[in-house]
Amino acid sequence: MTQTQSSSKSVKRLDRVVIRFAGDSGDGMQLTGDRFTSETAALGNDLSTLPNFPAEIRAPQGTLPGVSSFQLHFADHDVLTPGDAPDVLVAMNPAALKANLRDLPRGATIIANTDEFSKRNLAKVGYDANPLDDGSLESWHVHPVALTSITVEALAAFDTLSRKDKERAKNMFALGLLSWMYHRPTTGTESFLEKKFGSKPDILAANLTALRAGLNYGETTEDFVVSYEIAPAKMAPGTYRNITGNAALALGLVTASHRAGIPLVLGSYPITPASDILHTLSGLKRYGVTTLQAEDEIAGIGAALGASFGGAIGVTTTSGPGVALKSETIGLGVSLELPLVIVDVQRGGPSTGLPTKTEQSDLLQAMFGRNGESPVPIIAPKSPADCFDAAIEAVRIATTYRTPVFLLSDGYLANGSEPWSIPAVAELPDLTVEFATEPNDTDDKGEPVFHPYLRDEKTLARPWAVPGTPGLEHRIGGIEKANITGNISYDPDNHDLMTRLRAAKVERIADTIGDLEVDDPSGEASVLVLGWGSTYGPIAAAARSVRNTGATVATAHLRHLNPFPANTGEVLRRYDTVLVPEMNMGQLAMLLRAKFLVDVHSFTQVRGLPFTTVELADAIVSLTAAAGDEIPAEPVPTDRGTA
Amino acid sequence: MTTELGMPSIGVRSGTAGVPRLADDAAKQTKKEFTSDQEVRWCPGCGDYAILAAVQGFLPELGLKRENTVFVSGIGCSSRFPYYLDTYGMHSIHGRAPAIATGLATSRPDLSVWVVTGDGDALSIGGNHLIHALRRNVNLTILLFNNQIYGLTKGQYSPTSEVGKVTKSTPMGSVDHPFNPVSLALGAEASFVARTTDTDRKHLTEILRAAAEHRGTSLVEIYQNCPIFNDGAFDLIKDRSEQEARIVHLADGQPVGVGPEGDRQLLVRGAGGSMEFVPQAAAQGRDVVVHDAGATDPTQAFALSRLDSPQMTHVPMGIFRSVTRPTYDDLVRAQVDAAIDTAGGRPTDADLDELIHGRDTWTVA
Repeated sequence: MTQTQSSSKSVKRLDRVVIRFAGDSGDGMQLTGDRFTSETAALGNDLSTLPNFPAEIRAPQGTLPGVSSFQLHFADHDVLTPGDAPDVLVAMNPAALKANLRDLPRGATIIANTDEFSKRNLAKVGYDANPLDDGSLESWHVHPVALTSITVEALAAFDTLSRKDKERAKNMFALGLLSWMYHRPTTGTESFLEKKFGSKPDILAANLTALRAGLNYGETTEDFVVSYEIAPAKMAPGTYRNITGNAALALGLVTASHRAGIPLVLGSYPITPASDILHTLSGLKRYGVTTLQAEDEIAGIGAALGASFGGAIGVTTTSGPGVALKSETIGLGVSLELPLVIVDVQRGGPSTGLPTKTEQSDLLQAMFGRNGESPVPIIAPKSPADCFDAAIEAVRIATTYRTPVFLLSDGYLANGSEPWSIPAVAELPDLTVEFATEPNDTDDKGEPVFHPYLRDEKTLARPWAVPGTPGLEHRIGGIEKANITGNISYDPDNHDLMTRLRAAKVERIADTIGDLEVDDPSGEASVLVLGWGSTYGPIAAAARSVRNTGATVATAHLRHLNPFPANTGEVLRRYDTVLVPEMNMGQLAMLLRAKFLVDVHSFTQVRGLPFTTVELADAIVSLTAAAGDEIPAEPVPTDRGTA
Repeated sequence: MTTELGMPSIGVRSGTAGVPRLADDAAKQTKKEFTSDQEVRWCPGCGDYAILAAVQGFLPELGLKRENTVFVSGIGCSSRFPYYLDTYGMHSIHGRAPAIATGLATSRPDLSVWVVTGDGDALSIGGNHLIHALRRNVNLTILLFNNQIYGLTKGQYSPTSEVGKVTKSTPMGSVDHPFNPVSLALGAEASFVARTTDTDRKHLTEILRAAAEHRGTSLVEIYQNCPIFNDGAFDLIKDRSEQEARIVHLADGQPVGVGPEGDRQLLVRGAGGSMEFVPQAAAQGRDVVVHDAGATDPTQAFALSRLDSPQMTHVPMGIFRSVTRPTYDDLVRAQVDAAIDTAGGRPTDADLDELIHGRDTWTVA
């Protein structure tokens, strides 16, 4: 840490900061966090974010269930997670303080809106005394700021605005203060506000004034004597933007459709946390995207499958409960052998579960949740930005192998964000689709005929002949079909053959997905940590932390869950111990044990939140110790890079 | 908030507008061309045979390219229908055909899309999809074979079976109140609703013609006899000696009446919005109901649908309602087309690059 002087206040240089904005769900914390994130991205820091909000739109004001928060981790080096614990908590009310204090390490900074710490609000969350006054927070650096009343005072000249309108601008005041503390530029926020409130000049001026007042407050008040600088991170050359998983997924689908040269048709029913994909795609009609908001989950996937029959790439987006409803149609897709992408943004279950919280507990539903032998390929993105590439890969597999494909995102990836090095569209994989246009066989009399289930020798995919193609008229359906001709068949041997062909087709995908890569810098690790989906960041951060202590550990990450990469079994057997962390009760571990007969160690958590680096590092250390390695020192609880 | 859609007035377009047709000088299509090589496997005497023959006989008349015709079905005896037509077809899953057909019809304006369904498929397990297809007015023709029984599962009561019906699953008689499919469709904002029977080839064909011509969702209820599990369900209106007194033939612009010349009864409005049949002579000076299939207000069409009763005293047949309303698929495509036109044409790689860059980027050298 270096220290420099600037005007009357000192500036400290930090390498990383974790800030959590917390308030009532109506306080605008998600917006504040988003804006601070944009300012931070513009400065060139690497970052990762974690929004956390209740399922209720407006839970009773000032209560614990109504607390909404947004955490941002930014640094001068590459960031792998949103951070275990905040360095700074902005608490807009007592509920926000109470709900978040347990995550706050001693010594951290708390900026509390004193105006909301009234007797009534304190009582609502069970505080007998005001924690800002009673000494209970003496282990933290507390900045009491009358955020609401200072904001209202700053807006005194705005006669046309009600007191309520003025109070509403307090999140911009808080943003201004934090922007001063961390030297964030506010020009982006200003132009954002101009766009958002362009038609309401009073509200716009009030928000800009509140933002400026927050900056000035930091500059002038004696309570804040230090501000902080975090240098830009060294990132690979390129053009970047910040992006959430849901946005990346939507853009990936559109781009895949463009590269495939066929229209994208989304059939979907609103469900948290997947609805943003529907919202984004419904605004992209200019790219030939058709979106149908169906009457239910079943109709959503039905419309998508109907569109696929017609030669589009049919997509449906949902979360776990929606997948349960779509299962029968997915099975139909397996039988019809048509392309279809099912996006499952996983959330806590069972049943309605935790709609706004993350979990990885739909893996086995995706794998087995249908009647009959019904194999479906599964892929999972590892980070918010990776949702873009995963969407393209899902479309590639669906169109190449004529099969439904599961894309398993989750709530953490969907709403979390990170900087994304934007690719050039022309350099992305060519997904051009070739439809059948001619008869592909001859009948007994030697006449040319079209056989809808005569397969490609390499991929085992059947031809995709769309209505409107003369001479290829055919009927498909969910009743078992005779191999080659596609006619109805109840023949025992044919069913056995068709079942094996459908399975073999999915297995063949492994020919095109590349090997499972292992990261083992020392080459001497005896413990392998194997993850899938959104645990990538926490696992990488934990491994880095363990390696910083001098211990060894290898990591690998599965993007394809069905089929697994061809070398998966060999990789698993290469290590004495394999640890599989999952946000479920051990679903991947079960698949690995069943398929490869390797006694993997399952490390599970279903708290609705991503793993912390410390938890995972501890789990790794306990295994490396058990594996006979030297017992290393305590791991360093950060995900910062090796110096 | 609502917005004026700003769509061009669509006017009255045929249900098959936009579907490629045979050249004027092309040889006429034949029933045989629309017949697939698959063996028909319905029970002997099933009403489905007559409907299949009527449809196969009618399709050539449309003059559409055969490859641009698609039949989508759900599950049930009737849903085997697509296998027997040499067009494109999909035999899907129980109740879901309207949803699948919606996706297909919306993404492919060049197809003539037909749904074949039954009373269980459309009104029980698929009820939700049926009503939503009707309210959206997707350009589909839905043929609903109503035999008032579950055939494929061997004889349980259906959502159109009468109260008291004794079946395998209702040994003491059904306590379920049935749906009237025509009333249901009208209540679901259907723009075209008609009823016909399997055995009246001429009437069935006329209704198919009107249904195919209609742009939007056409719902055709076809009374269909199941000789195995519900034989004779419609005998009262098939018996020549009975049918004249029972079948109310709906003719647009004509007084609604029943019975043979000389013993004709006309429908008149009574007190409190009621309707009753009275002898023609007694109808003098009364408010005689004149059928108006094109009426914007569906009230009278609904009232006509309520003339039904389990006793089949009076059974209206024909087109209850046929009105022009923008179709969902036309509107969806118009929005996509408008967005593409406004942007200056189909997207290029550069357009996609611009899209994925968004508005807030930074560059690392």
